[in-house]
Amino acid sequence: MEDAGFIIGSYVLTFVTIAFMSWRVLRSGRRLADQVPDEDKYWL
Amino acid sequence: MTTIDKEATLQSNRSGTGTRATRILGIATIISMLWLVAFGLGFSPADRDQEEAVRLMYVHVPTIWIAYLTFVVTAVASGIYLFGRSKSLGWDRLAGASAEIGTVFVALTLVVGALWGRLTWGVFWQWDARLTTTALLFVTYVGYLAVRRLGGSHQQRARRSAVIGLLAVLLIPLVHWSVRLWRSLHQEATVLDSDGDIDMDGLMLFSLFVGVVAFTLFYIWLLLHRTRVMALEDLMEDRGLDQALSERRNEAASMNAAVPNSEEI
Amino acid sequence: MSTWRIARLVAVKDLRIEAHSRVLINQVLPFAGVTMVIFAFALDADSVLERVAPGLVWLATMFSLLVLVQRSFAVETDDGALDAMRVAGLDPKAIYLGKAAALSVELLILEVVLLLTAVILYRQTIPLDGVVLLVLTLLTATCGLAAVGTLYGGLASGFKGRETLLPLLTLPAVAPVLIGATRAVESALGTAGAVVSDGWPWVGLLAVFAVAFGVGGSLAFGPLIDE
Repeated sequence: MEDAGFIIGSYVLTFVTIAFMSWRVLRSGRRLADQVPDEDKYWL
Repeated sequence: MTTIDKEATLQSNRSGTGTRATRILGIATIISMLWLVAFGLGFSPADRDQEEAVRLMYVHVPTIWIAYLTFVVTAVASGIYLFGRSKSLGWDRLAGASAEIGTVFVALTLVVGALWGRLTWGVFWQWDARLTTTALLFVTYVGYLAVRRLGGSHQQRARRSAVIGLLAVLLIPLVHWSVRLWRSLHQEATVLDSDGDIDMDGLMLFSLFVGVVAFTLFYIWLLLHRTRVMALEDLMEDRGLDQALSERRNEAASMNAAVPNSEEI
Repeated sequence: MSTWRIARLVAVKDLRIEAHSRVLINQVLPFAGVTMVIFAFALDADSVLERVAPGLVWLATMFSLLVLVQRSFAVETDDGALDAMRVAGLDPKAIYLGKAAALSVELLILEVVLLLTAVILYRQTIPLDGVVLLVLTLLTATCGLAAVGTLYGGLASGFKGRETLLPLLTLPAVAPVLIGATRAVESALGTAGAVVSDGWPWVGLLAVFAVAFGVGGSLAFGPLIDE
């Protein structure tokens, strides 16, 4: 049933995209936050 | 461009861009995403006409709705930056981060929509009003993101992007109107009607609602993190500039010291 | 000096430069003509060409618009003329309106030539009752194209690596014009059974677009070029 493939595939694609976006932002966040003192971080 | 300077790793430094709020949001997002999978792929019923293909709706519709939300946020933030007095770059970063997320969501909408179309209409694409407008929406914001990368000072970037961000809001209704008018000329067979005429029962509606909640939570979570990362990037860029300037000055000073009689030559 | 006076001066300056350098006549019109010819290579069927002729005219216009806009701003950036005008305190709205006006004149000439080319190459005929619609379409579409082109042209000019941004920004923005102008011309020429009365809603759309982008553009131009 090609249908199931497309359906599951779409959900997988969506969640992979979300996971990728999350990973990217968390990784840059970690890398950059290490180089900036806490007082410069407006969210703290 | 940000460089990794190992020696600059500071002690007693909070790692990453997370706060208590984002941790809570993050967990809520994960939970709601799991609910989405459970309801979308599991509990919700198959549609009378579309059968299982309707499950794609629970992912496809939230992504485009949230995308619209992101572009509204971009426009509002752009307006506040442009017309407000403070010219705070925070608004510019909010606009940019929101548009980034929105653009990815539109791309996702188009891809999942194409797969859905393949299942329900037999074709990956058709030139109906909604698809055409969505495709143009995507390209418009790709352009916005390209403008953000033109370089220059942060304020220059902010002003340019704010103008483009607001122009996009002007453009979208015009595009929508012209495409709607255009496609109304072509009354295709109702088999290809993109509205799908889905008879939504309660459970389907609920699954859609779960999807909207899940993606909204994710958007807010990602937005918070991304704007913080952008703030850090801007800081690093400013630092890099300051460093380059002071290095240049030191260079000039040491050259003058090394050749004290240069003026007499 | 009033905004309109400055705008007129800027427009006349641009048109004078054009008349002197003849870039439109020597380069852009031939380019547009060549485009119309190679369309025939790609769409290898007379019946297809005749059916889509109005669309091809506007496609050729769109591509030529990009060239014209780049030219319009190249004359400014070459000697830092745009910056000089701003530093002299000229209202950016006036600069925008003047450049858009000059661009409109050049575009109109281009479109007329393209229409005549279509009459010859794609066997189009222009029925008398469609002339008014045709003229109004040309006028409104041109204003819209010039408004968008001048605005994004200002942004995409100057620094290296910016000119390639122009097509990406401009083409989606002029999509309504492409849609509306093609449909209206089809109605004016009677393509595929269209009648003249079908065309008026499209002219309305084109007019709204021209006004919206004319106003928006004149306001946005200043912030966009102020660097």
